[in-house]
Amino acid sequence: MTTLAVLEQRESALRKISFEVVTGAHRLGQPVEAVVCGAGAVQGIEQVGKFGADKIVTLINPAFAKYMPEACAQALAERAKQGGYRAIVFAASATGKDLAPRVAAKLGVAVAADLTDLAVDGGAVVVTRPVYAGKALLKVKVASQPAVLSLRPNVFTPVERPKSAASETVAVNVSASRVTVREIKAAPAGTLDVAEAQVIISGGRGLKEPANFKVLEELAGAFGGRAAVGASRAVVDAGWRAHADQVGQTGKTVSPSLYIAVGISGAIQHLAGMRTSKVIVAINKDKDAPIFKIADYGVVGDLFEIVPKLTEEIRKLHG
Amino acid sequence: MKIAVCIKRVPDSETRVKIAADGLSLDEAGVKFVLNPYDEFAVEEALRRKEKAGAGEIAVFCLGPAAAQETIRTALAMGVDRGVLLQADKIPVDPLESAKTLAAELKGASWDLILFGRMAIDDYNHQVGPLVAELLDLPCVTAVSHLEIDGTKGVAEREIEGGIEVVDFSLPAVLTTDKGLNEPRYPALKGIMAAKKKPLEVKPVQPGSGLLEIVALLPPPERKEGKIVGEGAAAVGELVRLLREEAKVL
Repeated sequence: MTTLAVLEQRESALRKISFEVVTGAHRLGQPVEAVVCGAGAVQGIEQVGKFGADKIVTLINPAFAKYMPEACAQALAERAKQGGYRAIVFAASATGKDLAPRVAAKLGVAVAADLTDLAVDGGAVVVTRPVYAGKALLKVKVASQPAVLSLRPNVFTPVERPKSAASETVAVNVSASRVTVREIKAAPAGTLDVAEAQVIISGGRGLKEPANFKVLEELAGAFGGRAAVGASRAVVDAGWRAHADQVGQTGKTVSPSLYIAVGISGAIQHLAGMRTSKVIVAINKDKDAPIFKIADYGVVGDLFEIVPKLTEEIRKLHG
Repeated sequence: MKIAVCIKRVPDSETRVKIAADGLSLDEAGVKFVLNPYDEFAVEEALRRKEKAGAGEIAVFCLGPAAAQETIRTALAMGVDRGVLLQADKIPVDPLESAKTLAAELKGASWDLILFGRMAIDDYNHQVGPLVAELLDLPCVTAVSHLEIDGTKGVAEREIEGGIEVVDFSLPAVLTTDKGLNEPRYPALKGIMAAKKKPLEVKPVQPGSGLLEIVALLPPPERKEGKIVGEGAAAVGELVRLLREEAKVL
């Protein structure tokens, strides 16, 4: 049975998270049909063929120039009703979290959301999702057909499975929207969102004052555009950093390849946001800080000596 | 302005999670339950809207067990006018069933706004709000971190990856609230006393079981025990070697 993978675009350019969605959809078997809502052709869309999409469908309506939740939900639900799909897979991104439940409700089902694993087991879709701040995993059997699912970002590392995917464009009609995106206030150019970074260097109260985040920004810079600077709740609440940078329960949930926690003690609510990171490094002056319990590698000591040295070493590697 | 706020009773985030003997649920012995932190933003926003308008009504709705009366009292102590407990021993694992139960109660009462927290910190579903909106056929904006309302027109901001989306919507509407929208107040003693006398209606409900079935509740995979590489800047060389050769992330 076919799985429908819902891609994301912004300003008519495909977003990279789409590759994770196609990769995750493959866990349920083949074929995989990739679908996107666009105002016209979406730049880079052919790339999903590389990750194993058998068919690429663009649903076209001028309203899709910006994210139109009601119109997108309508178009996707109509597509889903035609298809007899096993599952519809979204990213659990800001857009996916907003869109998936709308589509699901139109199909009379709910979403199994924010998954870290999915499979077909004895003919049924069985999924795993972290609950209770990541302190437990809930394994759930999804009896709906289609199963509507959303995947936690950065968990499903894109796997290349080159295919020559067939393309289809379909003009769709949508009803007038009561919710419309007026504009996107973009973050300054060159800033990478923590939710999308492969490397995150997060700072906490151990940084002592806001200006000292400069040492973390320098370390992030040494990774050459792959790293973002995150923050603990304490420093966001103190107004040192923006909420957009907060990692943890009331901030973002991240799963980068490398997470470096600097001057962060490791409160449960912080761990909730980063415990699925692939490799965790902790730098803290208190050798008993809870962060060392979940870190793969720890360095005890003064961050103002350790971090600049680390920056120097990373620069050498990337030099 | 007539505002409904849907709230949830959840285990405090500091709770030590112990899995019950059935292997399917949380062992609730000794667990401290609180008002879901994201719902506090929703309650606070409702209070501010009413205060600004100088008139209005705010009701909270909670699907949960008898003990959730305490959660409702917390919201009443913050300043909400009345509460309704949709009493069920178990909250369904399928969010659509929770949404159907709430929607049936909210239907036909001409709310100007129906507010939810962006997600509950126990099950991380972030979808009962938009599901209710769909069931009631109302406009919906999720994860709102800034809000302006003028008559029946609203402008909301929501954080997306790498920016902020500015969204126009019309009222009545369903909104889910994110951190940053406001700073929730602590109930004052006067509010706590007043809350005891505010109306709290209990209605038994029987949500359906839905299409999701729990197979297991499991502890998260143990992270392989980490190591302290060393102390101070002298340990950095070894750290980089391990990240390169052992962890292979550099």
